[in-house]
Parts: sequence; C-alpha cells; structure tokens
Amino acid sequence: MIKKEPLLETKGINKYFDQFHVLKDISFSLNKGEFASIIGKSGCGKSTLLYILSTMDCDYEGKLWLNNELVTGKSSLELSAIRSEHIGFVFQFHYLLAEFTILDNVMFPALKLAKKSKEEIEHDAMNKLKLLGIEEQALKKASQISGGQKQRVAIARALINEPKIIMGDEPTGNLDSKNSDNVFRIFQELNELQDLSLLVVTHDMDFANKTDRIIEMGDGRIIS
Amino acid sequence: MNNYQLLFKITKIQLLSRKKQTGVAALGVTFGIGTFIIMMGFMSGLNDLLDGLILNKTPHVHIFNEIAPSSFQPLEKKFPNEVHFITSIKPKTSTEKITNALPIIQELKKDTRVKGVTSQLSAKIFYASGSINLNGIATGINVHEEDRLYNFSNYIVEGNAKAIYKNNKGILLGAGIAKKLSLKVGDKIQIKNPQGAIFPLTILGIYQSGLAEIDNMQSYISNELAQRIMGVSKSYITDINIKLKDVSKAVQFKKEIERRFKVNAVDINEANAQFDTGSSIRNLITYAVSVTLLVVAGFGIYNILNMLIYEKMDDIAILKATGFSGNDVALIFIFQALLIGLIGGIIGLLFGLSISYLISLTPFNTEALPTVKTYPVNFSPIYYVGGLIFALVATFLAGYLPSRKAKRIDPVEIIRGK
Repeated sequence: MIKKEPLLETKGINKYFDQFHVLKDISFSLNKGEFASIIGKSGCGKSTLLYILSTMDCDYEGKLWLNNELVTGKSSLELSAIRSEHIGFVFQFHYLLAEFTILDNVMFPALKLAKKSKEEIEHDAMNKLKLLGIEEQALKKASQISGGQKQRVAIARALINEPKIIMGDEPTGNLDSKNSDNVFRIFQELNELQDLSLLVVTHDMDFANKTDRIIEMGDGRIIS
Repeated sequence: MNNYQLLFKITKIQLLSRKKQTGVAALGVTFGIGTFIIMMGFMSGLNDLLDGLILNKTPHVHIFNEIAPSSFQPLEKKFPNEVHFITSIKPKTSTEKITNALPIIQELKKDTRVKGVTSQLSAKIFYASGSINLNGIATGINVHEEDRLYNFSNYIVEGNAKAIYKNNKGILLGAGIAKKLSLKVGDKIQIKNPQGAIFPLTILGIYQSGLAEIDNMQSYISNELAQRIMGVSKSYITDINIKLKDVSKAVQFKKEIERRFKVNAVDINEANAQFDTGSSIRNLITYAVSVTLLVVAGFGIYNILNMLIYEKMDDIAILKATGFSGNDVALIFIFQALLIGLIGGIIGLLFGLSISYLISLTPFNTEALPTVKTYPVNFSPIYYVGGLIFALVATFLAGYLPSRKAKRIDPVEIIRGK
C-alpha cells in the first residue's frame, strides 16, 4: 500500500434481522485507492455489510466513517446527499430506467446533485460513455441495448458524480465471462488511472483473485 | 435545471411512455369534471329559471290596504277594565286606496336599500264583445319600472309593452281573453267599468303569464288610464310593490314599513315560503351527485398510481440509491397525479362546455314560459373554475397516498430482493 489514508472505516458493526444476528462486531477499513473484494458463502452477510457501508441501510449498531466523517446517525436526506456525492453503485442487475435514454440514465444522478450545469453534465456523461466504449448508444432507450452494454451504462452512471469509491454487489453476476472480464478491466483501469477505490461483493473467485485485497467473510464475521 | 424541473422531466417521460394508462386515468377525471359541469350548468340553469318564474315576478315587499274590522272598539278604550259585549262588528267603511300613497312612494324611493318601487291599481272591468260581457281586471302599471324590476316584457308574447305609454288608449290583453274573443294585436276592444261607461281601446300586445286563470282575466293598461276608468284621482293607488337590493332584508324592511307608514304589507318569504326550500334541496342534490362523480374519478387515479408504484418499484429503488430523496420520489408521483388531473380536468371542462352548449340549443317549449324556447343552461365561470380546482384537489389526494408509499420504499430491500 502506498497510501494508508482510510476512506471507509467501521467499528463494531452489528446487525440483526429480527432475532437473527447477521453481522457480528465488524471492524475494518478500506484505504483510498484500494481495490478490494468481499467473498464468502451465501448468507454470510457480505451484501448486508456492503449496504451498510453504502449508507443505504442505516439500521445497525456500531459506527461508520466515510472520508473521516462519521455518517452513522445522519438523517436520510443528508445520507442521500453523501451517497450521491461520494459513492457510486453497480448492482448485479443494471437497474436502468427503461423509458429513458442511456444519456438521461447516466445524467440523472448528476442533475440531482446539481453541482454543475446541464451542459457540463452532458459533456461529462458523454465522456464516461466514451470511456466505457458505448458512446454510440447514448440516445437509445435503455431497453434497447444488450445486457453487457446495460452493465457498462450502469458503471458510467456510477461514475458520473466523480465518486471516491465504487461499490459493487455482484456486478458481474449476470454476465458471461467475456463481459465479466470487460467489467473487471474497466474497474482496474479506473482504479489505476483515476485512483478510485473499489469495494466489490462477488462470488466469482477469478474476479476476486485479481483484486488487491480479498476480504473473506463467514458467519457474520470477517475471517481474513 | 433545478430539482423540480428534473423531477418534472422524469414525471413527463414516465407518463408519456404509458400513454394508455395515463389516458384511462385522465379519462376518469374528464368524465367526472364533464358531468359536474353539465349537471351544475343544467341544474342551476333550471333553478334560475324557476326562481325567475316565481320569485322575480314577486315583489319583495307588497303594500296594500286590507279591508278588516277595526282592531279595537271605542268602548274598550273608555272602560278598559270592564267586560263588554259588542256583536256584529263590520269592517270599516273605506276604499282599497292606500292612504298617502304618493308621499309613501316618494319616501321609499329615497331609501338606499330599495332597488325600485312600482305602484299599481287594479280596476274591475268587463270585456265587451257584442252582447257578451266577460269579467276581468285591468291593472294600471308603470311599464318601464315593471320591466326593469320584474322583466315584464318577458310575458308579452306579441306586440310591444312599451307602446302603452305613448298611447293612453292602449291595452295589453290577457292571452286567454284574446283567444276567447278572437282578437289580435292592432284590433279594437271595448272595456266597460262597473258603472257602465265604455272605453274603446287598441290592443297593443298580448300578455301571457302561463297560468290560465290569470290569462283569462288579467290585462294591463297605463296607470293614468286605470284611474280614468275608475273615475278616481291621480293619487288613487291600491298596491305598492317594492324590490330591494338584498332579498334577505325583506322581513325586516316589511316590519319597518308597517310601523312607519301604518299600512298593511307582506314580504316575499310569507308569500313564497315553500319555494325557497325546493331550490335549496335541488342544489343540494346537484352538489351531492357531482361530488360523488369526482370522488369516483379520484379513486380511479388512486388505483392506477398505486399499480404504477408496484410496477416501478425498481425505478424508485434506483432513484433513491443514486441520490434522490424520498420526497423527490413522492413528488414525482404527486406531479403525475396533478398532471393527469390538469389534463383530464381541462378536457373535461371543454367536454362539459360543449355538451352544455348542445343542451342549451335543444328546443324546450312550455306554455308556462312564453319567452323560453330552449333548455336553460347556466354558463357561469364559477362552475368551471370550481370544477378545475376540484379536479386538482381530488387528483392530488389520489396521488398523495401512493406517493407516501413510494417515499417509504426501502431501496435495499428491492435491490437485494433480485
């Protein structure tokens, strides 16, 4: 590790689903510029942890810092703002808005954040699409492109607000190996060229083995 | 692009991409508002007509001289504490003439609450045709004032009411008499007074009230002519009719007049008590039916938006995951509902307006209302404004409940559920 500055840090996170203790006393940190993957058996709590780290799930015990700022206990409106500014998401399913164009889909999070003018955002969005090699599809409806392309649009959308970290919940889970490799390559480039942190939950060992750091979970705890 | 513009853009595209659903929802509002407009326009048109039929013809306060026995006897004054027996009391000998009629009229005209005062006197006459004498009443009126205050011209089916002014030998003949005696406008008719004097008059118009009993008896002439037929002075007046600016003051005004001028008077409420009740009940029914229609339309929108939320669960989740707040998502649904309400409402207003217009062209002939040829419809803008406001309020409520649900959706649950 070149830099040791933590981007994401947790202390003593516990989470219950009714009586069931899903996460047990999780304390870990992710540094800036790190590309980490979380692996583990189904039901071990890895996705649950990811959503807590993403600030979308705020029903937990313990503390979470993002960029040295304590985010635990903030209102949902503040969390919305933090999320849209600092965190990009890629899910297993692409979750594009089917009625809108690719460009609209990529632009919405930035329009919502409203830090830049519409023209700048459009320019940025086209750049992101170019980066991912799908700029020709920009004006098509989200329902008109292939699955691999959709996932790339989802990555472009995650990047639009220049986040500090990308979180992925099985981002390659629905893709064939060729498209999976593609997505990994894109992540790696982003990590190396733009110094972006990545935290990816995956089942795909090939994918995990190529990342800088593997966090293995079992039975609600971090094993290694 | 600010937040609202962005949300509105999302609203618009979501609505446009489901034209059929949007159309059905808007159609519900259209029918609700359209029917509301038609119902209100038609019902209040009819109400106004019926009000006009009776209430506009009726003076708010009517002053007359009642023939009645004296309310006290001199004996009672002399021996207030004694028991007395007086039998066979007769009415005072007096005429139907209102005492001091002209000064009273002068005073009433000065009052700011009064819209107008008209004086009348009724003369008992006979319509003579050869050897036949028909019983009748000729009422002396001031046509201009009667027309201004009580739309008198509406009841002149032929000829011109104003003409009796220029010609003190003219009469507006009751339609029933004209029919019996086969007379028409321009013909001559002879009138006899009870003393047997004959007055040849020209028929200047035909009067039809719609009530056969009246049309068979009643004719109108000028005040001066009536006084001449009766052989009385210019101050001889039997009835004073007052129209007020505000009908609701009639009762109080009547009491005041009775005290001040020592005359008999009757107000419009005494004269037409049952009529008011009918009007307000008809209005109540109209409002109840219209509101029900709009509520039904509102439920239609509620249903469609509710379905939409289940359909759009993923979209809601991802909007929330990418920085949109619960309120933003809720606003999108409220915008959608309002937009449906606005579009459906405006089309509904146009729909209601055109059907109302068609109704107002439909022939409607009735003996009772000689001037009415088509169905009466009230095109008052207040119903149109009210209809649109109601459409927006109803659709807002219909959108509000589903939008709260959308606001509460937890994106994690949706995204993890896949």
